[in-house]
Amino acid sequence: MSAGTALAGFADPVLDSQAAFRAVLEAMSRPGRIQRLPVPPELPPGIGPAAAAVLLALADADTPIRLAAGAEAQAWIRFHTGARAAPAAEAAFVLDSDAGLLDLDPGTEEEPERGATLILEVESLSEGSGWRLSGPGIQATHRLAVAGVRDGFLADWAASRARFPRGVDVILCAGDRIAALPRGIAIEEG
Amino acid sequence: MYVATKGGERAIGAAHAWLEEVRRGDPAQPEITAAQVEQQLGLAVDRVMAEGSCHDRGLAALAVKQSRGDLIEAAFLLRAYRTTLPRFGASLPLDTNAMVLSRRISATYKDLPGGQVLGPTFDYTHRLLDFRLAAAGALPGGAPQGEPDLAPTPRVTELLAQDGLMQREAAEEAEPGDLTRQPLSFPADRPLRLQALARGDEGFLLSLGYSTQRGYGGNHPFVGEIRMGEIAVEFVPEELCFAVDLGDITVTECQMVNQFKGSRTEPPQFTRGYGLVFGHGERKAMSMALVDRALRSPELGEGSEAPAQQQEFVLSHCDNVEATGFVEHLKLPHYVDFQSELENVRTMRAAVMKERGE
Amino acid sequence: MTHDPGYNFAYLDESTKRMIRRAILKAVAIPGHQVPFGSREMPLPYGWGTGGIQVTASVLGPRDVLKVIDQGSDDTTNAVSIRAFFRRTAGVATTERTAEATIIQTRHRIPERRLTEGQILVYQVPIPEPLARLEPRIAETRRLHAMADYGLMHVKLYEDIAKHGHIATSYSYPVMVNERYLMSPSPIPAFDNPKMHMMPALQLFGAGREKRIYAVPPYTAVRSLDFEDHPFRPIRAPHRCELCGSGDTYLDEVLVDDKGGRIFVCSDTDHCQERQAMREAAE
Repeated sequence: MSAGTALAGFADPVLDSQAAFRAVLEAMSRPGRIQRLPVPPELPPGIGPAAAAVLLALADADTPIRLAAGAEAQAWIRFHTGARAAPAAEAAFVLDSDAGLLDLDPGTEEEPERGATLILEVESLSEGSGWRLSGPGIQATHRLAVAGVRDGFLADWAASRARFPRGVDVILCAGDRIAALPRGIAIEEG
Repeated sequence: MYVATKGGERAIGAAHAWLEEVRRGDPAQPEITAAQVEQQLGLAVDRVMAEGSCHDRGLAALAVKQSRGDLIEAAFLLRAYRTTLPRFGASLPLDTNAMVLSRRISATYKDLPGGQVLGPTFDYTHRLLDFRLAAAGALPGGAPQGEPDLAPTPRVTELLAQDGLMQREAAEEAEPGDLTRQPLSFPADRPLRLQALARGDEGFLLSLGYSTQRGYGGNHPFVGEIRMGEIAVEFVPEELCFAVDLGDITVTECQMVNQFKGSRTEPPQFTRGYGLVFGHGERKAMSMALVDRALRSPELGEGSEAPAQQQEFVLSHCDNVEATGFVEHLKLPHYVDFQSELENVRTMRAAVMKERGE
Repeated sequence: MTHDPGYNFAYLDESTKRMIRRAILKAVAIPGHQVPFGSREMPLPYGWGTGGIQVTASVLGPRDVLKVIDQGSDDTTNAVSIRAFFRRTAGVATTERTAEATIIQTRHRIPERRLTEGQILVYQVPIPEPLARLEPRIAETRRLHAMADYGLMHVKLYEDIAKHGHIATSYSYPVMVNERYLMSPSPIPAFDNPKMHMMPALQLFGAGREKRIYAVPPYTAVRSLDFEDHPFRPIRAPHRCELCGSGDTYLDEVLVDDKGGRIFVCSDTDHCQERQAMREAAE
């Protein structure tokens, strides 16, 4: 047994998965609104609580994963979900802050649902200021301040969004909180 | 004053109680057991296992009993049960060469290694109602006993292939897709097509197969071989590196031999239509083989005009659990949409009447 | 209330829920696009709402309050049966009050009361493909959606107008979602279509037999197809509800004798009862 597998996953795998999924669903339905997730009681190094909860709730043997969180986190995710490692361009879920939006699988025109989900760990998330988001799920505009995304993210986002319906959906994670950016959302700098 | 009907819950409860009563029938008659169904209505059990996509004779027999002999309902019961089972993996491919045969016939050769074995078949019975069965008590005499012939019985298609007369199927290393986990998309490859046909409705495949014989996508079939018997199912668990024998099951295999005129890259040769079903299901295996071959027509350059050659049409409509659900759902209330249509037709009628009046 | 320990919470096994949840998330991210999913055989027949049931089972949590309606009513037999299924397998609270529900599973109607941000509306869908009656081959319609080529549908509607003087589609009236995907709203009356536009609640659609899930996020533009000179017009019976007097809700026609006697009553039974109670209180 490798190191990561000694740690538990969700305290209640059935109900915590459901609650985590509902938080992600709420986040994806209302882009930029911050949601809280139930988090696993203990974590391997290299992975934050919200990112870990998203993967525990959604990944399995059918979803190849690109994880830049180190071997222990990799083994832990593999043990609890059965998800195998894959290069970023082939992964369904990518947790790698170096991964570029345009390097991930955007799906095809006929099967845009194959587009990857990028899980980005950031320093902080707060509403009311920062980026101006608009698009489906948002009544007019919504403000989201994000600290700690890499330079050029917004330029990549605009290029990625231009491919709609192909594209990559992003889940921003900070602590036990998330906010989502589905692929079709327009982002203007604040 | 009008009061809307209420009491759906009570009505459902009463309907279920009534259903149970008619299922049991006259209580003066002894209740039939699932074991009796399994032993004495074995072909019904086999059909339910095939269309229910789950090999378990005991559960299939229970489903036949519970469904009052409605075999599509029974297949549905078994499917709904099947879907709750954990999935451990895929077995090794069955080696039908190693089958312990109860029946083996070929229409293409008078005699061949292993011989012809009629087995328990209706083929040459005279279809006269046997009134002795209506009376209780055992019938005289059992089947004559003999020593089993353990000589190998190579498959006819392989004998043809030795001479280069039969197209070889490409071996595939990759595990085939699983249509119970991934929805079919079109065009579907042959492993997925065969999966869909194996659980498809016997009557639907029978009629489609029949249509190919009557010229709707004909492909001149010969029964190369039908074999039925017991075969071992083997599984290699992830943590072991050798196969574990899970037990024996009965299957029926049919290989149809069809002419192929050849193409620019391939010389004329025979091609194969393949059918395999759980249990003794000869009619289904034969129909499946005819339809499998018809579905190969586009790739063999033979056209795709006939219904049996159109894979989206065949595969989307062969599942009787899906078909019966959608056909039967028409009896659910539709009065909201009907009301829209009523108003729509009234408006259109009024417009036409006004025009005529003027 | 607790759920039957003989089943997993909400019946489906966890790996099936996970697969369906992923499909739902992609459906929300691509509004109006039909996402294929590995639909399971359910213990209710295809056609009885297996798609909606699988979506509800994957979304539902122990704190949810579930409402199930069929034809607008909580008391139709299939709504009763589905509600009982979830009470048994998930132990969730159920309600007939639209305002109290967090998840509403529906067949053929959208409630009259405006839904709110805290709610999810789950539609049971028989045929998810809006182009199905014009082009039955899925391989072909998938291509048309990819290219946003909806000429077929415009031609069909135009032919309606040429023949009847108006668009002769009264239910399953096709909509454009966020001006990108043509979508079937399921067989709701066209009367309900405008409620989908900019709805504060999340709308999820499940088609079990056809193995498709699609979604309309909250506050998303949903436009019923029409032409400038022939604007979309929702149809309802031009009457008042016999019970609550409402003149702006969708009505069922009830035959009261065999001599042509008929009355009209609200299809949304909860809304109707609420209005009746208000009327009584006012008197």
